[in-house]
Amino acid sequence: MATKKVTSSRKGPAQGSNTAPTVDELIKFYKDMLLIRRFEERAGQLYGMGLIGGFCHLYIGQEAVVVGLQACANPGDTVVTSYRDHGHMLACGMDPKGVMAELTGRASGYSKGKGGSMHMFSREKGFFGGHGIVAAQVPIGTGLAFAHKYKNDGGLNMAYMGDGAFNQGQVYESLNMASLWHLPVLYVVENNKYGMGTSVERSSASTDLASRGNAYNVKTMAVDGMDVLAVREAGLEAVEHIRAGKGPVLMEAKTYRYRGHSMSDPAKYRTKEELQKMRSEHDPIDHLRQTLITMKALDDDGFKALDKDIKDTVLAAAEFAQAAPEPDPSELWTDIIVAA
Amino acid sequence: MAIDILMPALSPTMTEGKLSKWLVKEGDQVTSGTILAEIETDKATMELECVDEGRIGRLVIAEGTEGVPVNQLIATLLAEGESAPSAKAPASKPTPPAKPAAAPAKAALPAPIAASSPTGEAQHSTWKTQTVREALRDAMAEEMRRDPNVFLMGEEVARYQGAYKISQGLLDEFGEKRVVDTPITEHGFAGLGVGAAFGGLVPIVEFMTFNFAMQAIDHIINSAAKTLYMSGGQMGCPIVFRGPNGAAARVAAQHSQCYASWYAHVPGLKVVAPWSAADAKGLLKAAIRDPNPVIFLEHEILYGQSFPVPDTTDFLLPIGQAKVERPGKDVTIVAFSIMVGKALKAAEKLAEEGIDAEVINLRSIRPLDTATIITSIQKTNRCVTCEEGWAFSGIGSEIAAIIMEQAFDHLDAPVTRVAGKDVPMPYAANLEVLALPQVADIIEAAKAVCYR
Repeated sequence: MATKKVTSSRKGPAQGSNTAPTVDELIKFYKDMLLIRRFEERAGQLYGMGLIGGFCHLYIGQEAVVVGLQACANPGDTVVTSYRDHGHMLACGMDPKGVMAELTGRASGYSKGKGGSMHMFSREKGFFGGHGIVAAQVPIGTGLAFAHKYKNDGGLNMAYMGDGAFNQGQVYESLNMASLWHLPVLYVVENNKYGMGTSVERSSASTDLASRGNAYNVKTMAVDGMDVLAVREAGLEAVEHIRAGKGPVLMEAKTYRYRGHSMSDPAKYRTKEELQKMRSEHDPIDHLRQTLITMKALDDDGFKALDKDIKDTVLAAAEFAQAAPEPDPSELWTDIIVAA
Repeated sequence: MAIDILMPALSPTMTEGKLSKWLVKEGDQVTSGTILAEIETDKATMELECVDEGRIGRLVIAEGTEGVPVNQLIATLLAEGESAPSAKAPASKPTPPAKPAAAPAKAALPAPIAASSPTGEAQHSTWKTQTVREALRDAMAEEMRRDPNVFLMGEEVARYQGAYKISQGLLDEFGEKRVVDTPITEHGFAGLGVGAAFGGLVPIVEFMTFNFAMQAIDHIINSAAKTLYMSGGQMGCPIVFRGPNGAAARVAAQHSQCYASWYAHVPGLKVVAPWSAADAKGLLKAAIRDPNPVIFLEHEILYGQSFPVPDTTDFLLPIGQAKVERPGKDVTIVAFSIMVGKALKAAEKLAEEGIDAEVINLRSIRPLDTATIITSIQKTNRCVTCEEGWAFSGIGSEIAAIIMEQAFDHLDAPVTRVAGKDVPMPYAANLEVLALPQVADIIEAAKAVCYR
């Protein structure tokens, strides 16, 4: 089975396609990506101020992947991802205040302050974590897909992972079972070129990551993960395949993270030029902004209003997260065991 | 010289079996590879192949005979020119007489209810005799009938009917949707089970043995046990991880380990270790209904042992409650899983020497029924703990610490641990016996704490 390549649609929304996004959808993608970017920038700032502790992995640069794919999801679908999860939570519609308050370890956070950056969940929004062990989310997402199929609820799971996770054995155990049992799951490899500080070339014997799905008789796709429209287009095709009961899909989204692996990573393993080139030539938000300008979907005032709206949302989240109380000491002893 | 054909051992734990069918008759010429008979073990029906060449002399054991001990002479094979030593023993009459067909295996059959046991057994009036294996199967079947979201997955659980035949018949009744054969992929299917539990199902994940669950321990601990806490209470994980734990027989170090203390260490897990068939039935049903991840530690040696079990589908045992199997006043012996049987045997011997031992069957390791232990210590003032696992950081160590913290003034002797020797399990039969805690070790320890 050949890997389906969905290349950049740099010229704008697919012409003549009956799945072409509406102008409103395009504006929504722009807003969703911008929200993630601004949120992450603010989180980085709060980390620098000591208000966020521990590990904090920012999603800046990769926004098009999750926004493009979540645009293909239905209510009732489920999502899992790794510890680089803030963007996924926002794209699933979780409240930025609750996410930011979890980052600051407050009682109003999604996990009452007991999970932190890497471990947040919202059953209501179908977001099942936020998992701190590299690739552990992959069998878990496969299990959620198993439950979708078992209950015949029409849902599917989107299981996101990085290129680093993609070398874990449990990924292949999952691909094998999902393919054997035709589970409704979309595996998304967000290939941002580095697993922590080790490049894909130095960690993966074959850098054609999507092709590994062929060994499991899984439909494979590769997509420009810096282009939200290309991602969405690929996502629609993948989701249609999965919902038709044809089994899982493995999609490699080639993307890039602008920040280090975590806040403490100086990113010395790559050149400034490489980063600068990605930012100036492939930024997903700039690109969609240009598209919207070309289409005259928004004028300057429109952009300004939208930018301000996002900025206010993120500021409000940051303020909320700083003002919210820490968890009550009694919370130390709750949520360990469900009372039978 | 005639060659003896003996009843073979067809699994590490087989001690006897049923000679279901002869596929040859006296006088037949056979060669190496000829299938001689079908033999039914407690796990499967197996074919017995001939190793040598010759002519069947006598069929010593009649087909249909149950309980034929391993190494019993079942037939003779004649070499070229030899003649059968006359038909003085017709094949239809087995010699020597094997055990009666329906004889239950030789587990100590305790009185169904110990007087001080605060469990749900007393209310059941009708009892039947069942093996631990049958009790486990019935528990799963009953819970699967009750709740359509309960399903079983693991290696060989469906078409093969279970590597240890625990899931016998479940595929026929519940179908492939609910009895799921997995690839040999413990890490993957344990994680998949956790995801299915997050997604609203109630998985029973069978590990062929708990030794193989080490491949999956990250999902058991990091995903199943901790996510409730890390999600602020949103992500309950109702799942049972079950399978045989501890030492089987002659399977050496990688296949003979007790994981009780490993899992008991972790907040967010419940850990259960049944001994009798009633324990197995009542605790497994409770584990399946429990909204938390439960580690259910079975024991292969116990699978074929028979015990009385309440004859009802409503029999549940509360997780977290121990049972006093034998009341006594002189010394408390605390045990779980297979060690309960050994502790009861030790108690019988001790009684002959005038020491009245109380035997506690823990049933649950986490939560631990501290109250039952402490109450007993306050009476006996002495304690011996028993476990197959290693003593270092073991369950006995934990119990000793708890007794020291909560009943220090009641102790008349140091708490003594009887445990597996601090070595990887050896293969050689004599060394294996030495490595495992035996009845004699318990007797010796009990006498020591009684200063006898």
